Amino acid sequence: MKMEIWQNIPLFLIVLPLMLAVICSVLPAKAARGLMTGAVSVFCCALGVLLFLIFRNGESYIYPMGEIGAPFGNELRIGIIEGLMGFAFALVILFSILGGWQKLTKDVAVQRRNLYASMVFLLFSAMMAMTYTNDLFTAYVFIEIATIAACALICSSNKGRTLFAATRYMIMNLLGSGLFLLGLSILYCLTGHLLFPQLESAIRAMLETGEYQIPLALCCVLMTLGIAVKGALYPFHTWLPNAYSSATPTSSALLSSLISKMYIFLLIKIFFRAAGAEVFAHGGIGDILFIFSIVGIILGSVDAIREHNLSRMVAYSSVSQIGYIFLGISLGSEAGMAAALFHILAHSAAKSMLFLSSSKLREVSGGSAAFRDIRGSGLRAPLAGVAFGIGACSLVGIPFLGGFSSKIFLAQAGMATQDWKAVVVLLTLAVSTVLNVAYMLRTTMTLYRPGERFALEVSPIAKDTPFRMAMGALIVINILLGVCGGQVMELIQKGIAIFN
Amino acid sequence: MKKTMKKPSERKQHLLNWLENGDPSLEMEMEDALSEKEAPELEEEDTLEREERDDPRLLAPSRLEKHPVYEKWYRVAAMIVCALLIGILLYAAVKMPKFGGAAHLLESEVSEFYVEHTMEETGAVNIITGIILDYRGFDTLGESHVLFIGMCTVLLLLSIKGEKDQERQLQLEAYDRHFEPRHDEILQSCARILCPLILVFGVYIIANGHLSPGGGFSGGAILGGGIILYQMAFGYLPTEKFFTFRTFKVVSVVSLLFYSCAKGYHFFTGANHLESGIEPGIVGNILSAGLLLPLNCVVGLVVTCTMYALYTMFRKGDF
Repeated sequence: MKMEIWQNIPLFLIVLPLMLAVICSVLPAKAARGLMTGAVSVFCCALGVLLFLIFRNGESYIYPMGEIGAPFGNELRIGIIEGLMGFAFALVILFSILGGWQKLTKDVAVQRRNLYASMVFLLFSAMMAMTYTNDLFTAYVFIEIATIAACALICSSNKGRTLFAATRYMIMNLLGSGLFLLGLSILYCLTGHLLFPQLESAIRAMLETGEYQIPLALCCVLMTLGIAVKGALYPFHTWLPNAYSSATPTSSALLSSLISKMYIFLLIKIFFRAAGAEVFAHGGIGDILFIFSIVGIILGSVDAIREHNLSRMVAYSSVSQIGYIFLGISLGSEAGMAAALFHILAHSAAKSMLFLSSSKLREVSGGSAAFRDIRGSGLRAPLAGVAFGIGACSLVGIPFLGGFSSKIFLAQAGMATQDWKAVVVLLTLAVSTVLNVAYMLRTTMTLYRPGERFALEVSPIAKDTPFRMAMGALIVINILLGVCGGQVMELIQKGIAIFN
Repeated sequence: MKKTMKKPSERKQHLLNWLENGDPSLEMEMEDALSEKEAPELEEEDTLEREERDDPRLLAPSRLEKHPVYEKWYRVAAMIVCALLIGILLYAAVKMPKFGGAAHLLESEVSEFYVEHTMEETGAVNIITGIILDYRGFDTLGESHVLFIGMCTVLLLLSIKGEKDQERQLQLEAYDRHFEPRHDEILQSCARILCPLILVFGVYIIANGHLSPGGGFSGGAILGGGIILYQMAFGYLPTEKFFTFRTFKVVSVVSLLFYSCAKGYHFFTGANHLESGIEPGIVGNILSAGLLLPLNCVVGLVVTCTMYALYTMFRKGDF
C-alpha cells in the first residue's frame, strides 16, 4: 500500500517530541519555553490537518513502524477517533502551557524549567503513541513514560506537599502499571500476539474452544484494574486530590484533562478492538465497572461537597466525572462508547479551564484557596471568574455547554440498554446533577460574594496575555461542544464505524 | 537535619516550614523577579495556603484513619486482599499453558518467523537484538527514553546548584569522604586491576551485541558499573578528568538524538517502501547488520551515562 505524504504525520509527531525533549534538557529556560510553546502549536496545527484529511479520506489506515508490518513488527492505526482524540489532547497541552505559564515561573525554579519543558514533550510523545498505537506492548512502554513524566510534573515545584503527593501518585500508578503489565504478559503467554487485530482473533478462537478461560478472565481483570487505578476510578482515586491540588496549575490541568484520559482511551481501544465488544459484553467486567462508576459518580460528588478548598473541590469533582466516562464504557454498546468519548472531550475542555482559572482566583486571594478567602475573587480577576463559571456550568450540565451534551448522550446510551441499567443510569444522572449543582454553583456564587478580607480591595492583576488567550479559546471550545454537540457526535459515530 | 533532641512542637514547626517552603536553600535560588513585579502582594506570607495549613486532613491521617480499631481492620482487610490476589494469581498460573509445552509459543507464527527470518533480514546473529532493535524497534525507542526521563526526573528532584570552583569541589569531596572513607588500599588495588577489565568487557558486550548475547542495555550497565567502581575507589577528582556533567550531557543528548533520527529514518523508509540504503552486510562480521551496531553503541552510551549520573546524583546531588 502506498503511503500519502500526510499519512506520515503521526510518525513525526511521535519521534519529533522525543528529540525536542532531549534538546530541551540542555537548553536555557527561556529558549526551552519558546521551543515548547512554538512546537506544541505547530503540532496542534498538524493534528488538525491530519484530522481533516482522515475525515475527507473516510477510512482509517495502518502505518507500519518499519518494513515488516503486523504481526511481526509494530504498527500504528489512525482513524477519525484517534485523530480527534489526539487533536483534543494536543490542544489541552497547548492551553495548559499557555494558561499556567505565569504561575509556573513562580513555582518552578529557573534551572528546572527546561526539564519541565522536556517532560511536557515526552508527555506529548507518549500521548501520541498511546493514542495511535495498535500494539499492546508499545502502549505499555509509553504508559511508563507518561507515568514518570506525570510524577515529574507534580513534583517540579518541589515543596514538601507536592513531594508527598508525588510519592503517593508514584506508588499508586506504578501499582497500576504493574497490574497492566501482569495482565499483558498473561495475555501474551496465552495468545503469542501483541497487536490488537491478532489478539482479537486469538481471543475469539480461545472462547470458541473454551480453553484457558480462567487466565483469560484474569488478564482482562488485571488490565482493567490497572487502568482503573491509573485513571482514578472511585475506590482507587486516593492519589488524585493531593496530586491535582498541590501541583502547579499547568501540571494539574495536564494531569486531569490529559493523563488519566489517555489511559482510559487506551482501555477503550483494548475493550473494543482487542477483546471485541461481544466478549466484553458477555464477561462480567462491564457490570462490575458499571457498579464502580455509579458509586464513583455519587461519592466523588459527595467528597467534593465536603471540601472547603477550591483546588481540592475541583480535584474531587474529577473523580465523579471519571465515573461518567467509565459508565459510558461499561454499557458495552457503541452508543455508550461514543458517549464516553464525548465526555472525555467535554470534561477535558471544562476541567483544564477550571484548574487554570482556579489558580488565578487563588492568586488574587492572597494565595489561599479556602472558600472563605476566595470570596469576591471573581470580581478581582474577572476573566478567571467567568471561565470558572462557564466550566462549572458545563460540568453541571447547563444547556449549550459541553457537559450538557455529554449527559444527554449518556442518558440516551443508558436508555438503549433496555434493562435495569437504564433506570440506574437515569437516576444516577439526576442525583449527580443535583450534587454537581450543590458544589459547582455554590462555589461559583462564592466567587462573586463580597468577602470580609478583600471586600473593596481590587488588587492589580498582572497582565497575562497567554492566560487570556487560553481561557478565551477554552471558553469557545466549551460552548462549541455544547452547541455543535450533535455534529461532534456524528463525527465520533463515523469514527466508531471504522474503529474496528 | 539533625536527629538530636527536639521538642515535639519545634519539630512540628520544622516540618511545617519544610512543607510550605521546601528546602530553604532551593527557595533562595528561585527567581523572584516576576513575583515581585507582577504578583499582587497581599500579605502573602501570613495567608499563604492558610486553610491548607490549618486543615489537619491534608497533613496527618484523618481522625478516622488514626482510630485504632480502623487501623487494625484496615490492616486485616489489606492482608485478606493480598492473600486473595496471591491465591487467584497462583490458581490462574496453574491453569496457564505449560511453559515450553507443545501448545505454546513455540508454535506461534510470530516466533517462527523471527527464528527463520531475523538473520537474513537484519543481519543479526543474535536474534534478540534483531527483534528489539529492528522488528520491535519502536518499543525500544520508547524504552531508551524511559532511561532519559528517569534521569531528568532525578535531576529535577535532587539537583543542587553548586558553584563550580575548586574550593567548593574540595569541600564536597571532604564532606563525601566523611561518610565513606576512601583511599582504601584493598579497594584501590582491586579497582586498578578490575576497572580496565570491566570496561573492556563492557565494550565487548556492546560491540558484539548483534553477534552474541548482550547488547547496548547490558553492556552499558557493565560500563556504568565499571566507572562507578573507579569513582568509589579513587574519588571524584580523578573521575572528573574524563567524566563531567558536560560529558554526560553531550554524550547522552547526541546519542539519543542519533537514536531517534536513525529509527525515525528507518520507520519512514520502511512504511513508505523506500530504499533505505542500509544493508545487512555479511552475517557474522563485526561490521554488519546495518544500523544495529551503531544503535547498540548509542544505547550503551546512554545507559552508561545514566548509570553513573544516577549514582552521583544520589550520592552528591551534583556532578
